[in-house]
Amino acid sequence: MEIDRPPQARLRIGLTVNGRPVEAGIEPRELLLDFLRNRLGLTGAKRSCDVQVCGACTVLVDDVPVSACCTLAYEARGRRVLTIEGLARDGRLHPLQDAFIEHAAVQCGFCTPGMILTALALLREVPAPTPVQVKAHMKDTLCRCTGYWKIIDAVVDAGRRMQAGEAPDAGGGAREVAPRGKP
Amino acid sequence: MTAGRRDSGEGKGGAAAPVDVVGTPVSRVDALDKVTGAAKYTGDLIVPGMLYGKVLRSPFPHARIICVDASAAERIPGVRAVLTGRDLADLDPYYGHAVRDRPVVAIDRVRFAGEPVAAVAADDEHTAHAALAAIQVEYQELPAVTDLTMALNDGAPRVHEEALRPGFLHSGEFRREEGNICYHYRIARGDAARAMAAADVVVEGDYTFPAVYQYAMEPHTVVAQWSADGLTVWACCQHPYLVRAELAGIFRLPQSAVRVIVPYVGGGFGSKSYTRMEPLTAALARKAGRPIRIANRVDEAMLTTRRHNMRCWLRTGVARDGRVVARECRIWLDTGAYADNGPRVALAAGDAAPGPYRWQAVAVDAWAVYTHMPPAGSYRAFGATHLQWIGESQIDVLAHRLGIDPVECRRRNLLRPGEEVRPGRKPLEADLAADVSKVAAAVGWGTPKPPLVGRGVSIGVMGAGANPASTAAVRMQADGTLVLLASTTEIGQGARTVLAQIAAQELALPLERIRVAGADTHVTPYDRSTGASRSTTVAGLAVQRAAADVREQLLDIASRVWGLPRVALRLHEGAVWHETESRSYADLIATHFGIAGGELIGRGEVAPGRGDGQAAGPVFWEISCGGAEVELDPSTGRIRVRRLASVADVGKAINPQLVEVQDEGACLQGLGNAFFEEMLFDGGQLINGSLLEYRVPTMADLPDEFHSILVGNGVGPGPYGAMGVGEGALAAVPGAIVNALLDLGLQMRDLPLTPERVWRRLREVE
Repeated sequence: MEIDRPPQARLRIGLTVNGRPVEAGIEPRELLLDFLRNRLGLTGAKRSCDVQVCGACTVLVDDVPVSACCTLAYEARGRRVLTIEGLARDGRLHPLQDAFIEHAAVQCGFCTPGMILTALALLREVPAPTPVQVKAHMKDTLCRCTGYWKIIDAVVDAGRRMQAGEAPDAGGGAREVAPRGKP
Repeated sequence: MTAGRRDSGEGKGGAAAPVDVVGTPVSRVDALDKVTGAAKYTGDLIVPGMLYGKVLRSPFPHARIICVDASAAERIPGVRAVLTGRDLADLDPYYGHAVRDRPVVAIDRVRFAGEPVAAVAADDEHTAHAALAAIQVEYQELPAVTDLTMALNDGAPRVHEEALRPGFLHSGEFRREEGNICYHYRIARGDAARAMAAADVVVEGDYTFPAVYQYAMEPHTVVAQWSADGLTVWACCQHPYLVRAELAGIFRLPQSAVRVIVPYVGGGFGSKSYTRMEPLTAALARKAGRPIRIANRVDEAMLTTRRHNMRCWLRTGVARDGRVVARECRIWLDTGAYADNGPRVALAAGDAAPGPYRWQAVAVDAWAVYTHMPPAGSYRAFGATHLQWIGESQIDVLAHRLGIDPVECRRRNLLRPGEEVRPGRKPLEADLAADVSKVAAAVGWGTPKPPLVGRGVSIGVMGAGANPASTAAVRMQADGTLVLLASTTEIGQGARTVLAQIAAQELALPLERIRVAGADTHVTPYDRSTGASRSTTVAGLAVQRAAADVREQLLDIASRVWGLPRVALRLHEGAVWHETESRSYADLIATHFGIAGGELIGRGEVAPGRGDGQAAGPVFWEISCGGAEVELDPSTGRIRVRRLASVADVGKAINPQLVEVQDEGACLQGLGNAFFEEMLFDGGQLINGSLLEYRVPTMADLPDEFHSILVGNGVGPGPYGAMGVGEGALAAVPGAIVNALLDLGLQMRDLPLTPERVWRRLREVE
């Protein structure tokens, strides 16, 4: 019996992931989400709805939030991809990450990477958003644990902190990425 | 900040002394891993040699399987094994914690559209998926009962014709009921018919509640691996020890040969209660002789378990002065093709029917009914969410008729602390009248209302805590740091953080010196389950006792070292002190062992057998209390929530921030259940099996204002007087909304309150 076998064809692509150049052979049908998770071991982007509704798989491609579950890896060729693993810099958390921790905007954590990257895209366009602006921008990113209030608080607060001088996009956060405290 | 205001009966904490960590909103211990993407969930794990599994599901709600031919699929390169019902011959293939009615994979017959018929293991997911199409299944379609009415008809086809065995967690003896009745729960107190006849005003009605999808963002995911030692399963399950017991039963293994490990869990809300995809994954791994991962997609998760759709008839009688007299209720819950948690849901629904009032007589019948529908089980605040809005709406109808303010009517009838809630069960802890007054005030009760604005409140109590059986261990390491072992799973509720806070408090240890292990049945000690809002109250108590055990050991050692009585010693900042002299825990451990090593192990247990809680339960009564102010757009039927309030009556908030966020999340799910969440079926087929068509609340659905009111009277049975929260608000919100519409003259008897349904009801009323 003839079966639709996975095609053996390989495409070569080059892209930048979290600031590092990556060259890879991919299948034409390979999704960006599978490429990141399975090939690069970057499991921060999560698979949930598969239909570009929930936002759990959101990564930034050339600074634009995209659903990695509905984007071909091929479409990311020649582009810059940022995943949650690439957000902290020089051992310091990004202010958004700090704010999510402090405001208890994290519960099960499954939506958190996509939520933070979606918020990052907003802060790059609107440096100090109001809660109304946060809601309008982030209403397509789902969280099933929180009531969203703490997430809105965190994004507004991160915007304020970044405006107040904590360097945007470079780990200006208060916390170290290293494990919590030392005894 | 947000439009909402948060009140707190506890005080918000602030910079508390490091030793007083209980009651402080410390940051979550798992937050750093979760904001950096480092947190690993089951689907992030790769076991060497792992294959990928896909499941072939029945297209028919009821059919006989004539033949499954997997030979073509097995010949596909990359396919390693295909599992069918024929592979279960040497197993005990039926499982179910309530009723052992569910095969690991269909045997001879399918009972719902979506039931697993076969599973493929392949080198990658694409190959496994492609191979499903190569499996030839011949079915003989049979008549199906795809709703409650069909299932309850005389002469209806029986979903289960054979004798069924009870599961190990069935409450009471299992008796096979007539026809398609899976379980029947009854409350009969006083002579309800007579009391009702004597009531001055009576209201009755028929109501419906839809099937609802929990939507844990992480769909069910399992990795199973066999070795000479037995079976290891990594799963996003809520109750690892119950899963272990069921796997041991199915595969005829001693419990010690089954190991269940729970990584971080991407939400549960009941959907990961009990056993889900674990038996199928383990059976496929056994056949393939390789580790397997099966990850459900959303549509498959919806077919795995869901909230029961329900039909209900309710009648309430009151006296002219507003005193409640009698309530009668009949409840039919569609539990689908397999009992799943249906019996407990029926029990909880029956218990929720009377509400927290002082009746002369009550008669409740609740039936879980088998149908040829996907199985229904737990979803946050089950039973209570089904019933509370109905009972509470009749209270308001009657209050309006008698010209009594609905809040005042409740004050006259609500049970008081110490009163009996249900015969033979634990008396009430909380002050319900105070709670309802708080939410009423928060939504502007008694203040002038603009046109088309209505207000409502709703209150109930839920038996919570499940069984009070938990154990925990803490291991103080040679350097004075602590490893905390508990099997309550971290599903987002903050269990690891709260348990760490409790241990920190008991041992006067800075929080940074504590690490909490994930649940692993080979490592972390027994816990019954993670659900029923029990982690803080029950597992927390076990941890408190385990930490106290180590504290006693430290005091003993210090007492010997100094030759002083223990009363002369105190614990502070990781050391034992006598006046101004101190010895660190590390010093004491080194002295005790005589080497630079060793550890102190503390053990804690909570068990009904040792007097923790009553056998009849519950561990505590969780309060479900909410208020809403809504604005109706009569031209579209759309409802805007202007204000929403909930009381989280926690006894003692060990971490107020975590309590708030749990309460907020429950409220938002309550809005989803009230306004739009509904699984739609046509002839047993799920027709909105995707988030494109199944809508959950987004930021755009937030109320204009939200108040989460923490109440802490220190009256709970948990550590420091804590009692659980996290579910109640979900049950409270639909009732508050329905009553706010009633305030506008609109009586709703079916959920969800979609604009179309509200609009049509408006036309009827006019």
